[in-house]
Amino acid sequence: MDEEYDAIVLGTGLKECILSGMLSVSGKKVLHVDRNKYYGGESASICPLEELFSKFGAPPPDESYGRGRDWNVDLIPKFLMANGSLVKLLIHTGVTRYLEFKSVEGSYVYKGGKISKVPVDQKEALASDLMGMFEKRRFRNFLIYVQDFTADDPKTWKDFDPNTQNMQALYDKFGLDKNTQDFTGHALALHRDDSYLNRPAIETVNRIKLYSDSLARYGKSPYLYPMYGLGELPQGFARLSAIYGGTYMLDKPIDEIVLGEGGKVVGVRSGTEVAKCKQVYCDPTYVPDRVKKTGQVIRCICLMDHPIQNTKDALSTQIIIPQKQVGRNSDIYVSLVSYTHQVAAKGWFVAMVSTTVETDNPEAEIKPGIDLLGPIRQKFVSVSDYYEPTDDGLQSQMFISQSYDATTHFETTCLDVLDIFKRGTGEEFDFSKIKHELGDEEQ
Amino acid sequence: MSSGASGGGGGGGAASGGGNSNHQRGAAQRPNGQTQNKICQFKLVLLGESAVGKSSLVLRFVKGQFHEYQESTIGAAFLTQTICLDDTTVKFEIWDTAGQERYHSLAPMYYRGAQAAIVVYDITNQDTFGRAKTWVKELQRQASPTIVIALAGNKQDLANKRMVEYEEAQAYADENGLLFMETSAKTAMNVSEIFLAIARKLPKNDQSGGGGGGAGGSSQGRRLAEGDSGSRGPAGACCK
Repeated sequence: MDEEYDAIVLGTGLKECILSGMLSVSGKKVLHVDRNKYYGGESASICPLEELFSKFGAPPPDESYGRGRDWNVDLIPKFLMANGSLVKLLIHTGVTRYLEFKSVEGSYVYKGGKISKVPVDQKEALASDLMGMFEKRRFRNFLIYVQDFTADDPKTWKDFDPNTQNMQALYDKFGLDKNTQDFTGHALALHRDDSYLNRPAIETVNRIKLYSDSLARYGKSPYLYPMYGLGELPQGFARLSAIYGGTYMLDKPIDEIVLGEGGKVVGVRSGTEVAKCKQVYCDPTYVPDRVKKTGQVIRCICLMDHPIQNTKDALSTQIIIPQKQVGRNSDIYVSLVSYTHQVAAKGWFVAMVSTTVETDNPEAEIKPGIDLLGPIRQKFVSVSDYYEPTDDGLQSQMFISQSYDATTHFETTCLDVLDIFKRGTGEEFDFSKIKHELGDEEQ
Repeated sequence: MSSGASGGGGGGGAASGGGNSNHQRGAAQRPNGQTQNKICQFKLVLLGESAVGKSSLVLRFVKGQFHEYQESTIGAAFLTQTICLDDTTVKFEIWDTAGQERYHSLAPMYYRGAQAAIVVYDITNQDTFGRAKTWVKELQRQASPTIVIALAGNKQDLANKRMVEYEEAQAYADENGLLFMETSAKTAMNVSEIFLAIARKLPKNDQSGGGGGGAGGSSQGRRLAEGDSGSRGPAGACCK
């Protein structure tokens, strides 16, 4: 450890592993350390099942749960958008070759106490039970408009300026009612709250396009999920970093981040060893005095021996409960994966209900999501603080990631990573630095 | 994977092709249009102490090369090579440790779904043999119970400095049901042979394959690729 590095990365959560990979690929000498003896930090998938039970202080699981080793339970639920930033990162870095994915089978939205399939194309719009006859036509016209919309071709904007006019104005242009706005904004554009209505429409139009482009890629739903759980993602990027020369040390406590002149980081100390470095990249847990709490997220892991009702027995699915439907300011998300993804023993399902905390009683807040699930064999609730760094790190050369938010996908995760990389290196990540002859890629 | 024939490859058990640049699909049709071979793909992982010659063995096997001063593994950690057995083309997807073994930081992903492993030690270094035994235990704990493990006593060209006796290693291998050979990446001795021995021992009709102890060997996921609409994942024994 007593060496000099360009960058030391602390924590092996997904963000830190992507950063570590990008830095190594860019030719930096990287030391990547985690205080835990496993990869993934908060974005690990817990295996075996006994470990999950003991983590939450529950008595060990009985025999009905099958082999403990067959379980890989995520602590943070997310899916990948098939055409989203993380998939692009995976493909461009070649990390995709270490992983296998399955399409998520269904995408549902909650309205008036029951769930309906999210309609994404004209055909589905016309068949959907979310809207009445006339509303369906209006929604169909809206979808066609979005489909034909091209950002650099004002002719496709149809007398509407998406850069200055807001999303509410676009809804009004098509005469969409509040319910349709609700599932469009939350289940298609995946906004967490309604603040988007007052922002330029271009943002939401692009989000709906991402949803439909993702859907077009592998069918069924726009979401992908990795076999063996999300914990495979940080491991894959860590491998990328190692292949490009990154040094890995797990189970290594960090006792001090050593500062030099002007409060600039000069090294990291573990016991009596000091590794010198020019920069540190880390998650908030390594620098409690340099982050501020900006909110809380509640997540409830539910182990079940059946799929969710009214989802056509889907082995994986997402349900979005738009905030207005249940009198809230932020959406409630339900995700379901199962034995088919090698994250549970045969016949078992893992559902996760999560949302941004708004009250003093977060467990009551997720009740509408829990009520959709049916009988639950075991429930684990966690409320985690959401941290942001207090500064941009340019002075100290310590670049700190934000905690994982309540969103259901990795778009904000990637934005944070790319932003940190740019702040740390002064340049955008250059994908052409990846040597493509690295492996014999036969597709 | 497409089912079908293999005309490619050196035949008769020889390792075929040029490794890295080897884009043969192994499933080319014979000119008469008949299909012959089935193709099996297996994930093979390398384990062993730093500097015992893991990367050198792979480089010799895949590219026919040897570098006296091979750097610690950088930038070459995923290679494929094809072997033709009698009626089967065996394609190895070979994973190198990328140096993550150095501080015992190999990820579970590394073992996941591995159907074969070569545990390497250096016959001139007793410690590396002890470590090899630890890796075998680790495989028995972490990997699929059906994994085929080969023990390779590498650097046989330095037999005059031998510290690990052939008989001792052979006895250990027999006790633990491992394939065993002494190899030399430098002279190429037993390099193709050890891969071939593994290829022969691997099950070639089992759909679910190793599966890394997964739940019931259910259907595979897919690999993602640029502009694709989803090819089925090749990992896992996928004989058709």
